[in-house]
Amino acid sequence: MTIHSESSTGNQFSGSMKHAGADTGGSVENFMLPSAHPVQLVDPEGQHVHNDRYPLPDGPLLLSAYEKLVVGRRINEQANALVRQGRMAVYPSSHGQEACQVAAAVVLDPTDWLFPTYRDTVAVITRGVDPLEVLTLLRGDWHAGYDPRHHRTATQATPLATQLLHAVGVAHAAKLRGENTVVLALCGDGATSEGDFHEALNFAAVFHVPVVFLIQNNEYAISVPLKHQSVAPSLAHKAIGYGMPGERVDGNDLAAMLSVLSKAVERARDGGGPVLVEAHTYRMQAHTNADDPSRYRSQSDVDQWVPKDPITRLRTYLGNLQLLTEKEEQRIAAAAEEMAGVLREGLNSEPDIHPADLFEYVYTEKTSQLREQAAQLSEELLREEAGND
Amino acid sequence: MTDTALRKESPLTDASPSGVQPLTFAKALNAALADAMEADPSVVVFGEDVGPLGGVFRITDGLTARFGEERCFDTPLAESGIMGMAVGMAMNGMRPVVEMQFDAFAYPAFEQVVSHVAKMPNRTRGKVKLPLVIRIPYAGGIGGVEHHCDSSEAYYAHTPGLTVLTPATVRDAYLMLREAIRFPDPVVFLEPKKLYWSKETLDLEELRAAAAAAAGGGTGSGGTGSDTTGSAVGRAVVARSGTDATLITYGPSVPTALAAAAAAAEEGRSLEVIDVRSIVPFDDETVTASVRKTGRAVVIAEAPGFASVASEIVARVQERCFHSLAAPVRRVTGFDVPYPAPKLEHWYLPSVDRILDTVDELQWEDA
Repeated sequence: MTIHSESSTGNQFSGSMKHAGADTGGSVENFMLPSAHPVQLVDPEGQHVHNDRYPLPDGPLLLSAYEKLVVGRRINEQANALVRQGRMAVYPSSHGQEACQVAAAVVLDPTDWLFPTYRDTVAVITRGVDPLEVLTLLRGDWHAGYDPRHHRTATQATPLATQLLHAVGVAHAAKLRGENTVVLALCGDGATSEGDFHEALNFAAVFHVPVVFLIQNNEYAISVPLKHQSVAPSLAHKAIGYGMPGERVDGNDLAAMLSVLSKAVERARDGGGPVLVEAHTYRMQAHTNADDPSRYRSQSDVDQWVPKDPITRLRTYLGNLQLLTEKEEQRIAAAAEEMAGVLREGLNSEPDIHPADLFEYVYTEKTSQLREQAAQLSEELLREEAGND
Repeated sequence: MTDTALRKESPLTDASPSGVQPLTFAKALNAALADAMEADPSVVVFGEDVGPLGGVFRITDGLTARFGEERCFDTPLAESGIMGMAVGMAMNGMRPVVEMQFDAFAYPAFEQVVSHVAKMPNRTRGKVKLPLVIRIPYAGGIGGVEHHCDSSEAYYAHTPGLTVLTPATVRDAYLMLREAIRFPDPVVFLEPKKLYWSKETLDLEELRAAAAAAAGGGTGSGGTGSDTTGSAVGRAVVARSGTDATLITYGPSVPTALAAAAAAAEEGRSLEVIDVRSIVPFDDETVTASVRKTGRAVVIAEAPGFASVASEIVARVQERCFHSLAAPVRRVTGFDVPYPAPKLEHWYLPSVDRILDTVDELQWEDA
């Protein structure tokens, strides 16, 4: 996806410079520094906010993204319900963060790579991966249900920040192989404290590879608030130390997310090197169903974010433009229900699980040790079957 | 620190690598890397100081000059970064061969190794293979200061998904590294530092032909004990034949065990020496056949003995050879202490005397 800039002058993500700093012709500080406030293009009241550097995506693009936003919310709701019904082991909801999820998937070409975390199920489904294959991890049948190479979408990472290095590696290989590939790697605010976050950003900058790092700063790493994670002016400011541009964006503003990420992807694709984007958003629900958020934050804190919801503001904006008609809303609602139906139907069937799978895919060819153990388990199963007869 | 002070001399021979000639272990590894890069353009070598310097042990000497800095390059000083980037590069069609400069320097990369390198093929039901090699100069005997001499094989051997190899001969250094690089799964390739300067008179062209022949013989992780493919994965070798007891060992302790067997022979005792070579997968068949024949076994390894690879081998031998054993299987290992300072290491390392003393305790009828 490409959003054409209204003006490339002074745009920190434009151009195809080999090295950061020369990009704007201005000072290094001006080039590197993120915006003073998160970039916003549609405010919570649904009004367009003009930004010299970031154009507002056009109406048809916003409408199609809006549909994905509504579907994403429905995925979150349905998945939570399926956990309550015992159909899934766990679900880390991205309720409230759907604009980040949709934008991360939409700005990439099919040949680009996405590196999601465990909370980024909606991004992976939006990218087009079979929803039931995506939920395999959280259902508990296997660690990953889809083919990462086929979908150019890595497995959802559970350890924090480790996948950022894999993203750098994929990008570096792409560069060596002459592929025109951009890699978008997701992480949360908590992950920015990990060593691998540092190593990934440093490697990406030193090797000048096409990676866009997107931090979804949702204010909490399970129970730990951002102020205990970092005292940097913003997480985007961390980019300066690595020699790459950083940007802050309103993570609940899908228009801004699309515009900022598109520029970052475009810049990376043009050989401009890595970019760090921090999306300011909020996790509206518990970390997972095992979490008790009332122990670390008040409902009034959560309620403050309700008016900033990504869906309401875009609905108002598109409604004002008369792009979103009642008929269109009904069509989108039906699409969301259809997705929910797919999830319910798929998750309500019993998964096909074989004990012998324990020994599969550990090595390309089973070791003699694994062959012995597989035979042992097979004998156990035969005895059990005989006992049941 | 840079560790040039640790090197007694350049491990590389000056002679051009052709014809029958003395070849060092280090040069064999260097030739294996160069030949693998020549054979397969997707092979890339990276790590700390592996570029123009050629690695602190010079194992990557000349690779950047010959293949360019896109094929052999220095990274920032960050082991997790090296390892994590290798994962991504392998995901996207490359065959990374990374160097972890010293055994204990690999620990910052441990999460990447155990959580991702070892598990990626399993997590993705085999859709994402990680054909990469982690070269780790390991173990002691070179007078290195702390954090430079750990025997870390048990950590890797304990992690399903990793193939763990350690050559002990110059010939194996070449052939096993070539095999590791063409292997479809991730390999932890442990290089005994103290053997870097050991030499064998070999014909490199013959080694290249053997590697090419082995490449046609499948992946070879079956561990059948037969050596029809020339594969070292899952295949131990009898380094010395004997009839009275079996010494089972690997890597840096192989020459020590062979020296012990030679000394024992002078006293009229015939010891068989098994070089395990492939810690994972483990060749039960070769080991079991030997112990059933001799009825006695001593397992020798440098690492602390508690919860070690040596312990695992003892357990496997007891399980499989109990009725053939004339004495309990014994171990000669490092003590359960942090790797000692250089002036103490000779007390720590398994020695010929300690091996022979242990052999003497194997309940001999003439004792």
